[in-house]
Amino acid sequence: MDLTNYNNRDISKDYKYVKVEPIPHTPWEKFKRVVKRTFSCELFVGLWIVFREMVKFNIHTVKYPEEKLPISPRYRAIHELLRLMESGNERCIGCGLCEKICIAKCIRMDTKIDENSRKAVTEYTINFGRCIFCGYCAEVCPELAIVHGPEYENASEQRAHFALKEDMLTPIDVFKAGKQKEFPGFGALGKYADEVVKKTPLAY
Amino acid sequence: MCSTTSFVIDTVIKLLVILLVFSALAGFTTYIERKVLAFMQRRLGPMNVGPYGVLQVLADGIKLFAKEDIVPQNSVKPIFKIAPIIAAASAFTAMAAIPFLPEFTIFGHTVQPIVADINVGILYVLGVMAVGMYAPLLSGMASSNKWSLLGAARTVIQFLSFEVVTGLSLIAPLMMVGSLSLIDINDYQAGGIGNWLIWSQPVAFILFLMSGYAETNRTPFDLLEHEAEIVSGYATEYSGMRWGLFFIGEYANMFTVAFLASIVFLGGYNPLGPIPGGIMILLKVSFFIFLFLWVRAAWPHIRPDQLMWLFWKVLMPIAVINILITGLLMM
Repeated sequence: MDLTNYNNRDISKDYKYVKVEPIPHTPWEKFKRVVKRTFSCELFVGLWIVFREMVKFNIHTVKYPEEKLPISPRYRAIHELLRLMESGNERCIGCGLCEKICIAKCIRMDTKIDENSRKAVTEYTINFGRCIFCGYCAEVCPELAIVHGPEYENASEQRAHFALKEDMLTPIDVFKAGKQKEFPGFGALGKYADEVVKKTPLAY
Repeated sequence: MCSTTSFVIDTVIKLLVILLVFSALAGFTTYIERKVLAFMQRRLGPMNVGPYGVLQVLADGIKLFAKEDIVPQNSVKPIFKIAPIIAAASAFTAMAAIPFLPEFTIFGHTVQPIVADINVGILYVLGVMAVGMYAPLLSGMASSNKWSLLGAARTVIQFLSFEVVTGLSLIAPLMMVGSLSLIDINDYQAGGIGNWLIWSQPVAFILFLMSGYAETNRTPFDLLEHEAEIVSGYATEYSGMRWGLFFIGEYANMFTVAFLASIVFLGGYNPLGPIPGGIMILLKVSFFIFLFLWVRAAWPHIRPDQLMWLFWKVLMPIAVINILITGLLMM
């Protein structure tokens, strides 16, 4: 792709200059300006514009609780823990990178070695009183396990809500219905990942 | 004796009707104002309380009544408490000399819808409305708050500026009519649109309208309670129903100015062709109320120095010249 259009930051050729009238100094000039402004009916133009808008009735209100504007897929709201596409197991491998990178120090996780001698995550909590929603955890996660969801209405009765592992993990019935959504934000593979990303040498 | 009793009962009923009708109208006008402003700004306005938000007025009223009544610690308490009463009382007292509708008969009893047809009607209305100036002045000075004090100072400069123009602009039409009674002024314009005083006194009409906007603290001249500069001006420290009284007073004043403008300049309650007079004056008053809201949506407000410049240096000389020309033409 050619980058010339992006490297040229000089947009002054597109400037539109506003015509500024000379400032009146003498009383006669001031008087002339008053008379001109009085009889050029600028005030009535304003009246006409608001009246036209009222008659056109082109309302832009979004009735919020009933209607919601779509938000960007990259929006960083309350976190979600995703499941593996095939098996439905938790994606999280308990590596602890998110806990390490979190600059607000709000992620806390407990792990153990389970009966299959695999590492399992027993506790995973995020303190949303301190989280600054920077998105580093989602970016650093090697498994795309912790991501940001679109849920921005996080008023609640208790501060612990949303923050436990049960709250964030995709419920198994939602997963089985195929409604788990991939996160397109930081750390996620792009739309053309298959074409762009090269296979690892082991596959040759 | 009998006629005195009936006169007293008559007057008391009229007073009650005026008080109730205009208190209710003041509330309803806030709803209309919010709706009209919203539509002009491509919004919907209140929608949730009742169908299309009609009951919003009721919700606001309940909120005002149920609010805690706070009197600030360092305020001058008696004056602080009296000031909102002055605002509402002067606004309603001014309506005593205004004929709201033409004479009508109900249950075989002829009613003149005016509380007192005094021969200095318009002088009385303007005088009592000018007393309303004490409400912002006293409340602002008694509140022990800088914003309130600034609001009170602005009130005084604004009211002093526009009162002169109101009086001078009304002198010219009054010279032509030769009476101060609003009923006489109305009767002078009987007989069709051509006899309305606006055609012979267009300059006086515009001057009176502008000073009416200043009198009711409406936008372009709402500088005594402009939020962006002085929070809420003289009403900053008021809450609950005391603030509500200021509000009712302001809207009642809007109706007074609208009635005055329609009676003095637009032919009042004279019937126009097939349309009866009662409908005519309601139409005119509704138009003026709508104009108040329309102007608020369209125009920015001006600075205090611009207001004084406008009223003292521009409008007052024009009003005097208008009187002179009227006098010369009448001679």
